[in-house]
Amino acid sequence: MQAILTARRGRRGARLAAVLAALLMLAACSAGSTGGAPADKDKLVVALTGEPVNLDFTTTAGAAIPQAMMANVYEGLVTLDQTGAIRPLLATQWETSNMNKSYTFTLVEGATFSNGAAFDAEDVKFSIERVKSAAWLNGLKSKMDDVEEVVVNSPTSVTVNLARPSQAWLYSMTTLVGAMFDPSGVDDLANNPVGTGPYKLASWARGESINLEARPDYWGAAPGIKDVSLRYFADAIATTNALSSGDVDVIYNMQAPELLSSFESNPAYQVIEGTSNGEVILSMNNKAKPFNDKRVRQAVLYAIDRKTVRDTAWNGLGTLVGGPVPPTDPYYEDLNDRYPFDPAKARALLKEAGAQDLKITFTVPTRPYATAVSEIVQSQLRDVGIDAKIQSAEFPAVWLDTVFTRHDYQMSVILAVEARDLLTMFNNPNYYIGYDNSKIKDEAAAADASDEATYVEGMKNVVRTIVEDAPVDTLFIFPNISVAKAGISGLGANSVTEALNLAPIAWS
Amino acid sequence: MLVRIAGNLARFVLSLLAATLAVFALMRVLPGDPAAIAAGENATPEVVAGLARQFGTDRPLPVQYWDWFSGLWRGDFGVSYVTRTDISPLVADKVQVSLILVTLAMALALALAIPAGTIAAVRHNRPSGAVISAASQLGIAIPGFLLGIVLVSFFALRLGWLPANGWVAPGVDFAGFASRLVLPVIALAGVQSAILVRYVRSAVLEVMHEDYLRTARAKGLSPLGALVRHGLRNAAIPVLTVTSVQFSALIIGAVVIERVFVIPGLGSMLLSAVANRDLLTVQSVVMVLVALTLVVNLLVDVLYTIVDPRIRAAAQGER
Repeated sequence: MQAILTARRGRRGARLAAVLAALLMLAACSAGSTGGAPADKDKLVVALTGEPVNLDFTTTAGAAIPQAMMANVYEGLVTLDQTGAIRPLLATQWETSNMNKSYTFTLVEGATFSNGAAFDAEDVKFSIERVKSAAWLNGLKSKMDDVEEVVVNSPTSVTVNLARPSQAWLYSMTTLVGAMFDPSGVDDLANNPVGTGPYKLASWARGESINLEARPDYWGAAPGIKDVSLRYFADAIATTNALSSGDVDVIYNMQAPELLSSFESNPAYQVIEGTSNGEVILSMNNKAKPFNDKRVRQAVLYAIDRKTVRDTAWNGLGTLVGGPVPPTDPYYEDLNDRYPFDPAKARALLKEAGAQDLKITFTVPTRPYATAVSEIVQSQLRDVGIDAKIQSAEFPAVWLDTVFTRHDYQMSVILAVEARDLLTMFNNPNYYIGYDNSKIKDEAAAADASDEATYVEGMKNVVRTIVEDAPVDTLFIFPNISVAKAGISGLGANSVTEALNLAPIAWS
Repeated sequence: MLVRIAGNLARFVLSLLAATLAVFALMRVLPGDPAAIAAGENATPEVVAGLARQFGTDRPLPVQYWDWFSGLWRGDFGVSYVTRTDISPLVADKVQVSLILVTLAMALALALAIPAGTIAAVRHNRPSGAVISAASQLGIAIPGFLLGIVLVSFFALRLGWLPANGWVAPGVDFAGFASRLVLPVIALAGVQSAILVRYVRSAVLEVMHEDYLRTARAKGLSPLGALVRHGLRNAAIPVLTVTSVQFSALIIGAVVIERVFVIPGLGSMLLSAVANRDLLTVQSVVMVLVALTLVVNLLVDVLYTIVDPRIRAAAQGER
């Protein structure tokens, strides 16, 4: 093709020469800006997918906002480490009392917000109560429903009283609903976030990049890199091109595993594969025909070879789990053996249910993983006599409207990214999956109200009950793939929180 | 002349008015509720209702339209409830990016197409002319984004001469700005010049058979001299028309190139606004596009009269 272009332009000798000369001069200007070594160890450019529409997660859903803001600009009292265990952050320690209904947190001293205000117990009270107020318009606010009151004991001590004991509540405090705000800093959260984190917003060129700068007055250890630029790319190839040409240093949470091969063999780069909270779920409408019949749903689970789906759709990356729980959750267990790939059994179940020669509509959101998954699922379903017609739905707008809000679907596939979303998905019969939660409701509540060990055992039972009923097929756990220049350290492999934690990252 | 311009202006205003209604209606027919999108996958009906109230999308449609329209009248696009910022400065910023990209690409396309098309016409029965024609056929068939990807993989990735993508404001770093523009401008100009070559060629072919050209030759001018002095001006009208149509189409059509080269132009802004059902921003961007198209048409109309005195004379005759 290059030859053709040259041939076409060959006729315009002098002009072409002039253009080329100009090209070369411009190239000379930019020479040196590319290459493996960092120009400046105080700078880092991270490539991400999907720019936030604004920075206010208290009124706007979506993973992009907490990805950029949590851990970096905002902090909670507690956080998660890479294995998913709860660790102190703005609270140095905490203890429970009153039959696990009260949590008393001891706060760090000397923490300040980026607007200069000091962080103390009043801010904790303000932040938690604000989640419960009308100011928060984010579905996740229900995670604070159990909070009855917040009592300030002293500037560095605060007690939260819950309506009932809850293991899940402390975990929720590690997420965005636990972010700490300053009463004087919430006027323009969409554009001007004010938090206690190691970074503050330096500038935001909409449609291009969010630029963060390290706070010299940060209460904790100084972050490894001073200026971090989060650049947003709509196109996966443009992302890898930018890394290859040296314009970006890291691609985080990469969405195109087929583009990894060129980096895997190159010592100038490191490919980091971790796990995430996201389950790729083949959801079925449990309240509508034909999937209101448990046998038909089970037939789907037997009909689909999840390993082949993952290997074909996502280059073999991602974890096979067999249930809707990621490996980093405490109540995870390997349930791959419950529904092994068994087309004969699937056909038998369909026959028993009187559901042979099924014709269904498969609503597929316009996302790379969903499109990739849908065709292989379709062909495997066809083998057992289910004719799934793929219908594409623009994501998020149309998918949210038809599938999520109006429940007008039979089968869909979605990446459920919310952390510990098991009960969100299955303990609510009005959720779009429509799972009849009567069997798990009481056990889930009892588990949440007990001590940690009983909680984990109880939740494992809940998971087994759900998987037995086959409301969805958990195809695989979405991998968290990062590609970074070899000189970068401290980038967390797993995406266990909603945040991309920038502070530990440094150039070696 | 004045009547003609006044008529154009009246059409301009009417078109804009019609466009406001059309784009407003279209955005309301589109499935997907902005409040539901902002509320996301964990939303309760209360949260969605609260957001709709905050966004103002729960108000009657005529009220929403009037609210937007009266703002437009004052030159204010309003505040987007999705991004929570003023739309006007953002759009102004993106318009500049798109105009720089498209104007440069169009200029390059014309600089390539006019001489190439002329040569192809003059030598239309010789091999060199046929090669240009064939090359332009091929050029039309190569999508701009493909050319873009090939250019990037060669000049940016293999040779490392130019950055692969991105955008730097000219005021911040001019060398960075210019070097990042080279490949997208070439990618965008490639197809355009291939299209324009064909128009230039047929326009020149047409004037070559005109009597006045033979007369010019008879006066002793060389074939090329006659063509340049007397022919090109006449061939310019159809080329101008195509250029103006292509220019308007490119401002949005460049969105594919913007994606390949990660350029924050108007097309990219429109795409993400549509995805988020940021109704006010979509409406504003579309209005800007309509206005730009109309302005280009108006300018071309004026240019016609400059290029071709007969049109000017006809307009005066009307009066």
